[in-house]
Amino acid sequence: MYRILRKESLNPTVSLMDIQAPLIAKKAEPGQFIILRAKEDSERIPLTIADFDREKGTVTIIYQIVGGSTMELDTLNEGECLHDFVGPLGKPSETDGLKKVAVIGGGVGCAIAYPIAKKLSSLGCEVHSIAGFRNKELVILEDEFKKVSSKLCIMTDDGSYGTKGLVTNALEELIKEGNQYDEVIAIGPLVMMKFVCLLTKKYGIKTIVSMNPIMIDGTGMCGGCRLTVGGQTKFACVDGPDFDGHLVDFDEAMHRGTIYRDFESHMRDKNCNLMKQGDK
Amino acid sequence: MPVSNGHRVAIVGSGPSGLAAAGDLAKMGYKVTVYEALHLAGGVLVYGIPEFRLPKIIVQNEIDNLKAIGVDIETNMVIGKVLTVDELFEMGNEAVYIGSGAGLPRFMNIPGESLKGVYSANEYLTRINLMKAYKKDSKTPIMHSKNVAVVGGGNVAMDSARCAKRMGAENVYIIYRRSRNEMPARKEEVEHAIEEGIIFRTLTNPVEILGDEKGMVNGVKCVEMELGEPDASGRCRPVEKPDSELVIDVDTVIMAIGTSPNPLIRTTTPGLETNQRGCIVTDGDSGMTSREGVYAGGDAVTGAATVILAMGAGKAAAKAIDEYIKNKN
Repeated sequence: MYRILRKESLNPTVSLMDIQAPLIAKKAEPGQFIILRAKEDSERIPLTIADFDREKGTVTIIYQIVGGSTMELDTLNEGECLHDFVGPLGKPSETDGLKKVAVIGGGVGCAIAYPIAKKLSSLGCEVHSIAGFRNKELVILEDEFKKVSSKLCIMTDDGSYGTKGLVTNALEELIKEGNQYDEVIAIGPLVMMKFVCLLTKKYGIKTIVSMNPIMIDGTGMCGGCRLTVGGQTKFACVDGPDFDGHLVDFDEAMHRGTIYRDFESHMRDKNCNLMKQGDK
Repeated sequence: MPVSNGHRVAIVGSGPSGLAAAGDLAKMGYKVTVYEALHLAGGVLVYGIPEFRLPKIIVQNEIDNLKAIGVDIETNMVIGKVLTVDELFEMGNEAVYIGSGAGLPRFMNIPGESLKGVYSANEYLTRINLMKAYKKDSKTPIMHSKNVAVVGGGNVAMDSARCAKRMGAENVYIIYRRSRNEMPARKEEVEHAIEEGIIFRTLTNPVEILGDEKGMVNGVKCVEMELGEPDASGRCRPVEKPDSELVIDVDTVIMAIGTSPNPLIRTTTPGLETNQRGCIVTDGDSGMTSREGVYAGGDAVTGAATVILAMGAGKAAAKAIDEYIKNKN
């Protein structure tokens, strides 16, 4: 059983869970993902692995409550079990030979950027981390990032914490200061990754992004997660989720991400109503 | 419960091939564990074949029967990821049967395939069948289409078209580049589709999928074809007719033009020989692969074929595995 051993709220819309899944914990690497179903009739949702503990046999997930499925997941508490939990899926992030890397996380994307920063740091790579959030209330994983980065820039849209501005502002500044990165790793909203890639293209720095498209099986069967990368059709689940950001067609990915928007908002409203009824 | 013979066999995939092999081996006294990547056992029988052709309750009964004779089925286990074939041997299995199915859906590589409203048949069928989008209160979204083009002429294309009709589509087209005679689908499936009012646009080949300003599909541009000389498959090669462009108004396009093998097992099993297309190479009917103790069958070997052939391969491999283990011990 995939028992929830710990549940913690990181900010008003983002929560963390440690899930008992010893086989997956044994094999998991940063950059890989799992697919879960909260309950028997839930949707399958992919979430990138935020951390793992091989000894304890746990896999950590961090999720933002955005729609019906994540709302349903959030109704489960410590001691309860997820109905399904499968992984580790996708290819691990490549970390070989990197000496100096800028790791960028946007919002809940920081949950995926952190394990990569942690692994790079453990391999002796110099890590500069940039974490962007809308405001102070939404900041997550600050202490964790601090431990594994020789430099950490927290950016907020409204300036309520860290420096006011976008992650691209911080990155450009670091580059202009003379930092020479082997690679930039950017994980966050599509629009953020797109603009990081536009910037790094200008400076000729290789950039890896982690894509999180709509997915069903996660093993290469459904083709729903397809992306255009360098003019070719790729499946995020088996070819990724990491890709060369300079080759990804972000505009297309943004379009495809909206296909079920109406349905999702309907399910969200329905779940909210159900929960309100439950409170009465 | 059959009398145990003390030997263990692992089976990768709980589709028709894996279940057939599991049943025969269990009856011979083997301890069989079937590993399934999805959350539900049955493979294509539950994600692909629609309810109106094969009620899920029948699949479930068959699976329950296997469990009753001692077969263990472990769902949510992606072999090649959470465990490798080598680890299955380390766990005490003396043979492994790979019945992992067809694999990655193919696309045509024409413009517009990333528009909203273009599905692979696997995705469309999985949403409807496995994820139960055919039920009104399902949490899985699906497009409720008015006009649907299904590209391809196989059994999966027929299933997709008939599903689309049942999901409420008014006009469902089968677009196929050869004529009806060359369709790979079983005759009965084609006849059923015609009876249900599916519109056949044969000798027609898509060249572009058209979309509106929101990125939603609103048509498929095709060219007419005519049949030329037979090709390597023995079927007449379709040749494009000049100046024959036409547009069919649709809001959904389902690509049912086959699959290419899944890389997960091939890339994590050293010494497992695959052919140019990536299908596992086996020695005749036995399903024996280039790796000792590893057998394979079904779509993972043949490329997309039928449930019947996959079951046959599973049964033949069960026999070969039994002989292999008996001779070894």
